[in-house]
Amino acid sequence: MSDALDIDALVDEARSYIEAAQSTEEIRQMTANVSGKKSPIAEAHRALGGLDPEERKELGRRLHGARTTIEELIERRRAEITFEELTREMAGARIDLTEFIPGAIVAPPARGHLHLVSQTRDALEDVFVGMGFEVAEGPEIETDWFNFGALNIPPAHPARGMWDTFYLNLGSPESTLLRTHTSPVQIHLMEDAVVNGGLPIHAVMPGRCYRRDTPDARHLPVFHQIEGLVVDRGITFADLAGTIEVFTTAYFGPDIHSRLRPAYFPFTEPSAEFEVTCTICHGEGCRTCSMTGWIELGGCGMVDPAVFDAVGIDTDEWTGFAFGFGIDRCAQMRHQIADMRALIENDIRFLRQF
Amino acid sequence: MRVPLSWLRDFAPFEGDPAVLAATLDDLGLVVEGVEAVGEGLADVVVARVDKVTGIEGADRIRRVVVDSGNGPVEVVCGASNFDVGDLVALAPVGAVLPGGFEISRRKMKGVVSNGMLCSGRELRLSDDHEGILRLNDVEGAGVGCALTTALGIEPDVVFDVAVEANRPDAWCIAGVARDLAARLGLPFAIPETAALGHLGGPNPGGTAVPGAPIETVASVRVDDPELCPRFTARVLTGVVVSDSPPWLARRLTLAGMRPINNVVDASNYVMLELGQPTHPYDLDRLAGHGLVIRRAGPGELVTTLDGVARTLARPGPGLGDTGQDCLICDAEGEPVAIGGVMGGTSSEIDTSTSRVLLEAAYFVPMAVARTSKRLNLRTEASARFERGCDPAGIDRSAERFCQLLTRTGGASLQVATGVIDIVGDVPGAVEMNVRPSRINALLGTEFTAGGIAELLTPLGIEATPSSEDADSTLRVTVPTYRPDIRPFPMGEADIAEEVARTYGFARLPRRMPAWPQPGRLTDRQRDRRLLKDVLCGLGATEAWTTAFVSESDQVDAGFDPPYVEVANPLVEAERFLRSSMAPGLMRAVLYNTERRQGDVRLFEVGTVFQLPEGPAVDPEGGPLANTSECLSAVFAWDGDDAWTAVAAWRTIAEALGLAEWAMWDHTRVGRTSRVLHDYRSASLVSIVTEPGGDAGASVHPTFVGVLGELDPYLVGRFGLLNPDGRPRRVGWLDLDIGVLLDRRRVPRRPEESRPISRFPSSDIDLAFSVKDSIPAGAVERTLRTSGGDLLESVELFDVYRGPSVGEGGRSLAFRLRFCALDRTLTDDEIGGLRSSCIRAVEQAHQAVLR
Ligand SMILES: [Zn+2]
Repeated sequence: MSDALDIDALVDEARSYIEAAQSTEEIRQMTANVSGKKSPIAEAHRALGGLDPEERKELGRRLHGARTTIEELIERRRAEITFEELTREMAGARIDLTEFIPGAIVAPPARGHLHLVSQTRDALEDVFVGMGFEVAEGPEIETDWFNFGALNIPPAHPARGMWDTFYLNLGSPESTLLRTHTSPVQIHLMEDAVVNGGLPIHAVMPGRCYRRDTPDARHLPVFHQIEGLVVDRGITFADLAGTIEVFTTAYFGPDIHSRLRPAYFPFTEPSAEFEVTCTICHGEGCRTCSMTGWIELGGCGMVDPAVFDAVGIDTDEWTGFAFGFGIDRCAQMRHQIADMRALIENDIRFLRQF
Repeated sequence: MRVPLSWLRDFAPFEGDPAVLAATLDDLGLVVEGVEAVGEGLADVVVARVDKVTGIEGADRIRRVVVDSGNGPVEVVCGASNFDVGDLVALAPVGAVLPGGFEISRRKMKGVVSNGMLCSGRELRLSDDHEGILRLNDVEGAGVGCALTTALGIEPDVVFDVAVEANRPDAWCIAGVARDLAARLGLPFAIPETAALGHLGGPNPGGTAVPGAPIETVASVRVDDPELCPRFTARVLTGVVVSDSPPWLARRLTLAGMRPINNVVDASNYVMLELGQPTHPYDLDRLAGHGLVIRRAGPGELVTTLDGVARTLARPGPGLGDTGQDCLICDAEGEPVAIGGVMGGTSSEIDTSTSRVLLEAAYFVPMAVARTSKRLNLRTEASARFERGCDPAGIDRSAERFCQLLTRTGGASLQVATGVIDIVGDVPGAVEMNVRPSRINALLGTEFTAGGIAELLTPLGIEATPSSEDADSTLRVTVPTYRPDIRPFPMGEADIAEEVARTYGFARLPRRMPAWPQPGRLTDRQRDRRLLKDVLCGLGATEAWTTAFVSESDQVDAGFDPPYVEVANPLVEAERFLRSSMAPGLMRAVLYNTERRQGDVRLFEVGTVFQLPEGPAVDPEGGPLANTSECLSAVFAWDGDDAWTAVAAWRTIAEALGLAEWAMWDHTRVGRTSRVLHDYRSASLVSIVTEPGGDAGASVHPTFVGVLGELDPYLVGRFGLLNPDGRPRRVGWLDLDIGVLLDRRRVPRRPEESRPISRFPSSDIDLAFSVKDSIPAGAVERTLRTSGGDLLESVELFDVYRGPSVGEGGRSLAFRLRFCALDRTLTDDEIGGLRSSCIRAVEQAHQAVLR
């Protein structure tokens, strides 16, 4: 019955109908006419049954193509019209938001929740404020100098491998980056103190950090750290150990204690890792703590003389200590969160638990 | 690093519970990540001889094997086929428990009873080999019926998996771990000068090399670039028979996590594991000109490394200060055969045809190796060690150790060429410094005497001599070259303090809580930020944490044109931009919840947004190159939420902060200077600004604080937030630059002084005006506030009416004004006067008509 011209004409005809439609309602009606049960194309399909198999196969394939084309045209036009209608409505609906009548807004049905990380950060800040620390903050984009150089990690230093860094396409290659830790805030604080006579320093520095880690149950590429820095006269490793211990009992509870063991960080010397009593088994030994009774929390140490040198602090007059650990990790430990990724899913059922 | 206890015992007599040793290593900062007991469960395994092998009917994979382990024939079924009658094999009889707790029982397969198992290397945890069963024909001392452990000389062992910190190259070997551990435990430590390995057996147990021809007559070395390679030594061994290493050596390598390859490569690896010095054996006969030249790679030079990859060298890398210097080891004709300190090449690899070996033991500059390895993305056991810093003085001992090992494993006719080629340039020497005990104690909070400090340092190989008998007399300290982490004076004092503390034990150091007179506190901004979040929670909004990495379409949708702040090495290629707005992230969070049938949410986030500065880039050392601001963004997507929800939220925030004056402006009037969402298409979006100062003449500009309104339905649709009827949901939107909002100088708060409250009754006046739609109600309200003067206590919009009686293009706005005086009740006349002046002001300012 039909030859090639017929199908093309069918599509052209449908196209003219589709382009003529001016509203979503017209689209709806027109759709029935050009692709519905009684449309020419549907009839052509029905007529296929009377053809011999070879011909039927070929024509069926072309009819299917035509139908796809028509449906695409309809969808495109529908999107255009929806956008035009919305734009028209928006122009018409432009309202004067200063026409606000107090009391016309209904009260929210329930109180919202602070993110668990915020709650943890606030709680940590409060503990340290109680111990005499100020709270300082710094930028998330840093230069190589603040994130590495001033912290005694020169270019090509093997310790750079400890931090998988996101570099930015700003300035010369690898000169600007997303900070990999909160330690650059130490440098800002000390440089400011040297310029403005702000010594001594007793501060904690919470904030968001970035490392090029593929997200898994224990790592997120974006995470939160809190850093502490004390620069004062007569500060010793004993003060560091004492501060960590007081913080540990204050935050985790009276039966949770801390211990230090040697470690390496380029910006502290001596350096230590600090561990706290396992909060699951309270030191008895369990799977979480690999039967050791201890959980590793963070790093600390006496500020390295090279760091003091970089910021211009006289090491004969001043000594200092620094420490740092993960806020998210504290939250994970305290609330026994199996998978860190729950923190960034923003599932309201998760967020409302805290 | 895997450290077998038996290997540690070559250096010091460690005894006792391995768990205690592990805890001691931990306490030294050599963190034990795992302790594995090996060689256990082999007690029941015996050497047996294969006497008969027959097929089993209906089975082509298994065979019937009769073996004899000295107690008569034993019939077993075995699936391996790598053995024959007469071979010696390892038999686990019925009842034996293999490593991992697998108990052998009597089994019946295809009707044949198996009375034990012939074991593979892997089943016995002796090697990775699982191709066939273990054959013991070549093992000396393996006789029928003798215990396998006796035959192989295997003792049950313990392997510590030790994580060594990046600054301790000296501890990245068995000897180094042993040194630290012995120092803590007070045990004698010594690196054996000649092997105390006689007990392990071998063809040439004494390890005495037969001297060969002078080395100069067989090989040559020239160093053209002593800056990259300050020391290069070569030794030559001839008459080498390349074969498998003896079992004891292969086993040590296997326990330490390295696969045995052949006796030459194994000896090199053994030395590296034991002493920390990477060496490299070359097939001397495959080196053109029988010699080596060490030079800098030319730009773009190509080398094919042992892993079969062709690599282009000497191209400056992206890292700071990487000028693209690579050290090449070439044959005497200048053809590259290895990348110095990183990896050898295929052309001079040791294989079974090798008979003359040239051994390289060198010192490469750590920084250069680090850069080459990073740039080529080629990290090897050697490069990792060289970049941390190997001991330039340990080279000879390591090379000699290699010769000694190979002498014992490389065949009876092996000879070591007489002499050494040693080209020495500027290698780091021992650090010498004076250390003040007072400084050590000031850092540690301790009271060590000079003598006490010396006692703690000496076992580590750090010489420390007090200059006098005084407790606080300065110590003369000499640091061995294997400790590159210890710097010269004055910084070195801190390094020495760490060594003192480590050997003494961190746990034994004193603790005290420091005290200082300065109080701890939050800044105003930190307190206000907490308040803001609390207000948002009170408004039913929950705090979200969305990603900072977004796609280009996210940025465009949020109303930002390129260019954007771009990550050079993103985790996900499409998400390589730092967000300029939190809108896409929050929208996605709403969608996430909608898809879980909990889409009725209000969400907010406080976080950083990023934009490129408009001006030229500043000096990278001068500070960050991108503009960042801290924002609070909120989406209101409860059923029934819209722009008004956002308005209510803002008014609550303004009230909570106690803002002095603020206004909402038609958003379009803010123009390009507004930071956020200035071209968000939106039903209604306004900017929030502070009011310009009151003093006439003083040009105080309004400060842009943020925007609020309703998200563009087109955008909402694009994120898939649709109502059941397919139309976009209505979502209220609030976006505040809190760096600005909370800056009290730019956004003033109400004065701190209290205002007295009147004791006299107040009077209300209701005024309704017909006002054109183009005049914001807020403008009318402001006019009323100004003209009402000091006596006006409050003004509030209470009704808006649109309809025929007002006419097209306008509406009626009804305000309630409350007047009150501090010192009297206002008279009707006074009220009347105020009323007229308010009406007049509004009519004049806004072409309004009183209704
Ligand atoms: Zn536990």
